[in-house]
Amino acid sequence: MATNTPLKPNLFNPFTEEHEMFRKSVRAFVENELNPYVDEWEEAGIAPLHDIFKKMGQLGFLGLHYPSEYGGSDADIWFTVILNEELGRCGAAGIPMAVGVQTGMATPALAKYGSEELKQKYLKPALLGDMVCAIAVTEPDAGSDVASIRTRAVRDGDHYVINGSKMYITNGTQADWICLLARTSDGNDYRGMSLIVVPTDTEGFIVSKKLKKLGNLSSDTAVLTFENMRVPVSNRIGDEGKGFYYQMEQFQIERLVGAIGGTAGAEKAVRDTIRYTQERHAFGKPLIANQWIQFKLGELLTEIEAQKRLNYYCASLIEANAPSNEVTRIASMCKLKVGRLMRQVADTCLQFYGGMGYMEETPISRYFRDSRLTSIGGGADEIMLQIIAKLEGMEPR
Amino acid sequence: MHIVTFTRSTPDTTAKVEVNGKGEVTWGDAATVVNPWDEYSLEEAIVQAKNVGGKATVIAIGTEMHNEALKHSLAMGLDAAVRVWSDGLDVTDSLHWATAAAAAVNKVGDVGLVIFGKESVDTGTDQHIYQTARKLGWTMLSYVAKILELDAANKTIKVEKVLEGGKQVLTAKLPAVISVMKGINEPRYPSFIGIRKASKAEIPVWSLSDLGVTLPAASTQLVGYSNLPVQEVVTEIIDGATPQEKAEKLVEKLLEAKVL
Ligand SMILES: Cc1cc2nc3c(=O)[nH]c(=O)nc-3n(C[C@H](O)[C@H](O)[C@H](O)COP(=O)(O)OP(=O)(O)OC[C@H]3O[C@@H](n4cnc5c(N)ncnc54)[C@H](O)[C@@H]3O)c2cc1C
Repeated sequence: MATNTPLKPNLFNPFTEEHEMFRKSVRAFVENELNPYVDEWEEAGIAPLHDIFKKMGQLGFLGLHYPSEYGGSDADIWFTVILNEELGRCGAAGIPMAVGVQTGMATPALAKYGSEELKQKYLKPALLGDMVCAIAVTEPDAGSDVASIRTRAVRDGDHYVINGSKMYITNGTQADWICLLARTSDGNDYRGMSLIVVPTDTEGFIVSKKLKKLGNLSSDTAVLTFENMRVPVSNRIGDEGKGFYYQMEQFQIERLVGAIGGTAGAEKAVRDTIRYTQERHAFGKPLIANQWIQFKLGELLTEIEAQKRLNYYCASLIEANAPSNEVTRIASMCKLKVGRLMRQVADTCLQFYGGMGYMEETPISRYFRDSRLTSIGGGADEIMLQIIAKLEGMEPR
Repeated sequence: MHIVTFTRSTPDTTAKVEVNGKGEVTWGDAATVVNPWDEYSLEEAIVQAKNVGGKATVIAIGTEMHNEALKHSLAMGLDAAVRVWSDGLDVTDSLHWATAAAAAVNKVGDVGLVIFGKESVDTGTDQHIYQTARKLGWTMLSYVAKILELDAANKTIKVEKVLEGGKQVLTAKLPAVISVMKGINEPRYPSFIGIRKASKAEIPVWSLSDLGVTLPAASTQLVGYSNLPVQEVVTEIIDGATPQEKAEKLVEKLLEAKVL
């Protein structure tokens, strides 16, 4: 594997010596502070996010690309890329997902459109790791079709009174605040929604259920119910009625972050499989001596390499402040492709582990379960295709 | 009061280190890391300098390769870093090394304490530590598990040392040289801000003439490196009707082989 960094960063290898120092630090953190505990957290169905985030926040890992006034570091996008590549190598995908929610899903809109007061009160502690947050969009009857959400926030003086329910909310049982997408005016389409910061100690905020899942077991996923919850109007992010747009914009960084972590995890899975098939013998030779296995794994590494460069291209668009539609187009492609690639990697690699791959103790079995989520969460593959088709002008004339 | 600590870049402990056809030690394209034992001495230097309101400086003796360890140290939070190098300096000769080290400590000035990691993982030596203390003419306290007190005003130090099967508490006058054990602290990870600072830092190089020393002839000579002879591994499956029987047979074999 080529680990040598070219002297001059370029589109194909954008990392400087400083970036590589940062990579070492995150890698050591993942190896020493996360990996030794992931089995325990998977078993428990939850990870101690307040502890983990506090440590990460102190090291400046949570606010990399955010402004320093709010606990961030004003770092370029490549530090975010590295953070997510290294977290993607974590022994359980639930942990990078929790971090991804904190830094790439629940906070971007707040940072961009939130009031000064709101940013000081909620963004800064989140980036410093003093508060855990969640993003609440999906509902029991509205997932892919975000425009059909029903949670209502009705104005009553200088408060919103919120009623409704949210489904599959990551970090939901331990969050200190949630970034909530709710309807603030009548109608049932994408107009009339707003993003509102809701502290979870608000009366009427109920964690109805902690859900049991196929994978990402170390991540807690909740059903939330809101009963006449009163939240100050000043907790609204940006303008009333713009919530849907803010949320769609907020999805972009989330999709890229997911693609980056997913690519790194897939690469690790394939390289682990190469090592295993070099050691395991059948018919008097190592498994990898079979050309079929070599070719299959070689093909996957080719796909991974191509995916990595697409991710980097998307990151460079964000860094260059490219037009939002172009970022959306490429980020959607990254997300679509990585979800499919991970499924292919998980299936192929597990196959080459044989019975060993079916055993809980073998990391590839956890990878097999965890990897399935990417094609569903954060917008299913079909939704990515819908966006790509639209941006490519494929609507019928 | 100034605190000085030493470090060096070593191949990652997971790297496959071997001697190539030209007789050179290589580790492929594996990364180098800060000598793992030094993580503890670096951390301790940061903590103790803060406690006494002093400054912590890290020094590496060797070629440019060691800048990486120095940058890592700065990223952790050391106040200053220096590299010592001149052609002809033989770092494998501990007396050479210690002569340069002691001169560098003197050049830093106002140093009350020098902290070393227990040893270096690549060459596995620690005698350069004792020789540095001797060259400086300072008290040497090895295998320190805890610094109980560092008193800059009264110039004393109180430490807990690890002995085989016990502990020893010692006080000594400063200046002193100590080597610290793993577990004395929890080394911090370089933070983003630390990395940003470190990557911008210019690391000064002190030559032997800057230090005002002329080296004695090296007292040892490196003749060459070689790989360990390949050991043949023989696998034997131990049979037995019950786990107890298997265990008993295994113990017998281990006693025979003088492993136990
Ligand atoms: C573990 C986990 C964590 C999650 N965390 C969060 C969170 O923190 N916050 C949050 O808000 N949400 C979260 N979600 C929800 C997630 O974003 C949704 O599950 C996802 O958007 C899909 O919505 P849905 O489940 O309602 O599927 P549905 O909308 O019911 O769709 C089901 C399937 O139908 C297909 N489909 C849908 N629309 C179309 C179409 N137009 N054309 C063709 N096929 C289509 C797709 O294959 C899709 O997978 C999480 C989900 C999971 C499983």
